[in-house]
Amino acid sequence: MNRKRNYILLVGTLALLMLVISGCAKKVPPKVTTTPPPQPKPVTATLSANPTSIERGQSTTLSWNTENADDVTLDGNKVDSSGSQSASPTQSTTYRLIAKGPGGTQEATARVTVSAPTATPTPTPIPPGDDEIFARGVQDIYFDYDSAKLTSDSQQKLVQAAQVLNQHPNWKVRVEGNCDERGSTEYNLTLGEERATAAKQTLTQSGVSGDRLQIISYGKEKPVCTEANEECWQKNRHDHFVLLH
Amino acid sequence: MLKRTNTICVLLFAVLASATASAQDWIRTGTNRGAPIRLAAADFKASIADAQTGALNTVFNQTLWNDLDNSGVFEMVAKSFYPLQTPGAPSEIKLDAWGNPPPNASMVAFGNLGATNGKVDVQGWLFDAKNAGAPQILGKQYKEDATPENARLIAHRFADEIIYRLGGGIPGIAETKIYFISSRTGSKEVYSMDYDGAGQQQLTHLRSITLSPRVSPDNSRVAFSGLVDSQRNPSWQILMFSLDLGRIVSFPHFGGGNYTPAWSSDSTRLAFSSSMHSGDPEIFSTDANGASAKRLTAFKGSDVAPVWNPKTNGQIAWVSGRNGLPQIFIMDADGSNVQQVTSEGYAVSPSWSPNGQLLAFSWIRHYGPGAPGGQDIYIMDIASRQFVQLTHDARVNDFPSWSPDGRHLVFQSNRSGSEQIWMMLADGTHQQQLTREGKNTQPNWSYK
Repeated sequence: MNRKRNYILLVGTLALLMLVISGCAKKVPPKVTTTPPPQPKPVTATLSANPTSIERGQSTTLSWNTENADDVTLDGNKVDSSGSQSASPTQSTTYRLIAKGPGGTQEATARVTVSAPTATPTPTPIPPGDDEIFARGVQDIYFDYDSAKLTSDSQQKLVQAAQVLNQHPNWKVRVEGNCDERGSTEYNLTLGEERATAAKQTLTQSGVSGDRLQIISYGKEKPVCTEANEECWQKNRHDHFVLLH
Repeated sequence: MLKRTNTICVLLFAVLASATASAQDWIRTGTNRGAPIRLAAADFKASIADAQTGALNTVFNQTLWNDLDNSGVFEMVAKSFYPLQTPGAPSEIKLDAWGNPPPNASMVAFGNLGATNGKVDVQGWLFDAKNAGAPQILGKQYKEDATPENARLIAHRFADEIIYRLGGGIPGIAETKIYFISSRTGSKEVYSMDYDGAGQQQLTHLRSITLSPRVSPDNSRVAFSGLVDSQRNPSWQILMFSLDLGRIVSFPHFGGGNYTPAWSSDSTRLAFSSSMHSGDPEIFSTDANGASAKRLTAFKGSDVAPVWNPKTNGQIAWVSGRNGLPQIFIMDADGSNVQQVTSEGYAVSPSWSPNGQLLAFSWIRHYGPGAPGGQDIYIMDIASRQFVQLTHDARVNDFPSWSPDGRHLVFQSNRSGSEQIWMMLADGTHQQQLTREGKNTQPNWSYK
């Protein structure tokens, strides 16, 4: 009881004191009024964000510039008259720069739009970089028309692929055999399988265990290119390799 | 009673000059004694004057005419020659007006149709226009629920009766079905339709890829090849759709890729291409339930698209890439006695005729850059190895499939600008487009 009354007393006294001080301050005329004041220069303020739109988690740089201001705040925080800082807003934000000076008050705003990050579907996390190493080391191989024979270029690519796969013994790979649009749907299914099998055989001969390799033929059902010319057909006569996650 | 003693079926008269001279080939369908029968098919008379009867009668008359015209057995007498009065019953027909010129018909089909109380009643007759004493060959009555589908069905049945009587005792095809693949929904699914393209129905809803549908000869199931588990561990498996149950029923999965099922004509065995043993696609045969798989081929290179000799089930024709470009081969059903049937170009998609004598197939005969011609449908007499070219349009024509009467072929062509299903008589005439919606491929004609 006693202690509480003391506390109220103390707060009351402090409040009174503050009133007195502020009252006093108002009454003291500023020094500058002693001489006729020059026409105050106008306050200017600019604020910009670069970039103005980011994905969540990324950052943007806010840059500002003011003139003739002695009190500059950016979103309520006092800052230098000009400068820059980075910001990582989690949602779209309008930044507000307020510059106050003898010549008045100037405001500038900059809006940063924040979008959701593009989804990266990685249900089971794979160490970053695997996809890159795989894509660089295990490249599509291409075939001649109606042929499942490996060219010498394809042989080289497969030997290189086997080295990469041997360095990553936990990787499993799907070999997808494909054909161009010409010829029969049914015959092309088996031709695509021969192409996938040809790659599998070379990989296993180079030390890759067969149970790490899935085989599938898509025949001419999944073309990567749909124009009717040799350039496009050549793109479709290929084995594609997929790292299984 | 008309009874043709001659064997009436598809006959091949291939007249081939030398290999260098241009071949003069022809094949005949229908009867082989002179001109085809001149048949008049009068529009059926509406026995009740109401809108429903009129609408059903229109469907019926169109369907009956098309069936008779498509049959390959008749020379249809043009309607413009018919007497003005439409006979609806035997008492109303003046035979000599039909039997004499200008109609000069040998036979007249006529009758009446009426819809009452939700039922459609049809009476139909076939009269011999040249035999005034005893003209009736056929008199039939049908009653079904009054729907346009049933009007078409009754027309098909009546047409098949006429074709059976006048076409040498070979059942007509008006009630048969064609199974095919369509991508009209965005993924390739199995569909069925009537032989004339009407009543198209989606059977599977797998949203994957289905290919190579083959209906069982007893019309109970459709075997096809489907891409299963397409995300994690994709493989091609033989899948089985029950037409009785309207759903996929179990069939064993095998290792490797499994493609192009084919039924023996007694529905007891299947042949298909599988890499289950070796990683190399070979022809296997199994029971109808997939048990006791037997490997029939063992040669490096693609082996695919088997088809049984439906007359004997003792032989299988198929496509092999063992010598380079795909060619048609024949072997005994146990894998022995392998013979190469084609030896040039790119030959695929064999279909064995119901009488066991002919193979239809798709052939890029002159293969190579700048070579003339397209991929066309041919038929070959197996005994003589003489062949006839049936399509000549320099586009891609593939997947011929014989009708059960041996007088027709259904096939796939892109001549209209997209892959569609077409039908023709087995002599290459009467080519007509059956599908138009989306892309439609790999037709397979039911056995009955």
